[in-house]
Amino acid sequence: MEITLQQIVFGVVALMMAVCSVLSVTTGRILRAATALLFVLFGTAGLYFMLGYTYLGAVQLSVYAGGIVVLYVFSILLTRSDKNMNRRIPRGRWFAATVAVVTGFFLTVFLLFTNGFALNTVPALVEQNPAGVGEALVGMDKYGFILPFEAISVLLLACMIGAIMIARKH
Amino acid sequence: MEIHVISYLILSTVMMFAGIYGFFTRRNLLAILISVELMLNATNINFAVFNRYLFPGVLEGHFFTLFGIAISAAETAVAIAIMINVYRNVRNIQTDDINEMKG
Repeated sequence: MEITLQQIVFGVVALMMAVCSVLSVTTGRILRAATALLFVLFGTAGLYFMLGYTYLGAVQLSVYAGGIVVLYVFSILLTRSDKNMNRRIPRGRWFAATVAVVTGFFLTVFLLFTNGFALNTVPALVEQNPAGVGEALVGMDKYGFILPFEAISVLLLACMIGAIMIARKH
Repeated sequence: MEIHVISYLILSTVMMFAGIYGFFTRRNLLAILISVELMLNATNINFAVFNRYLFPGVLEGHFFTLFGIAISAAETAVAIAIMINVYRNVRNIQTDDINEMKG
């Protein structure tokens, strides 16, 4: 079995994402958790690029890695939440959570390996045309997404107004 | 030899359960929100991968991921606004100390 360059890149990105996602929920410093989350989001953008969804990867980079992580870092600095980050939950509850997570993980992996559909192979990598994405996003025909697009615009406007209303000084 | 679909799915499973573990064990509201982002990201990966591998001709999963990213941005903005407001009133964002609405 020959290992292609694509597989090597996927292996490196996947390893980085797995390690960073575990790190971001176990580390004791919240700024480190945010940094690990940033690397997970970068890796996700890399996965989208490898799948051929370049537009999605660009959106992931600009919205998630560029916008949301900056928001996190600012709010970490504003709330000084690093002080009592290490306050632990009771030992019994920690044990129950760990057992639930490990059991759920192995159950899911077992289901993935035993059912048949996941054995499909990847089709040839064709890059999506960004013009097609744009036409489908604002298209009004059967495969158009104009209505969810409008709904998400109204949702973003509402959440912007709501965030300003909640966080302003009274 | 291409990348098998199951490697993507296992990767997103790892992310999902890391997020669930953080959601269970963290006490800080911001750390909980980081765990929620991990879970959302795992589902986004799954949408894109299923669209790519099972129905490569259409774009439904692609747009599900796109709208998922937008909704998680909205959710993060509102949640962080609430946290800053809580911090202003309580001077703390630990889940143990926020119990005024318990009655």
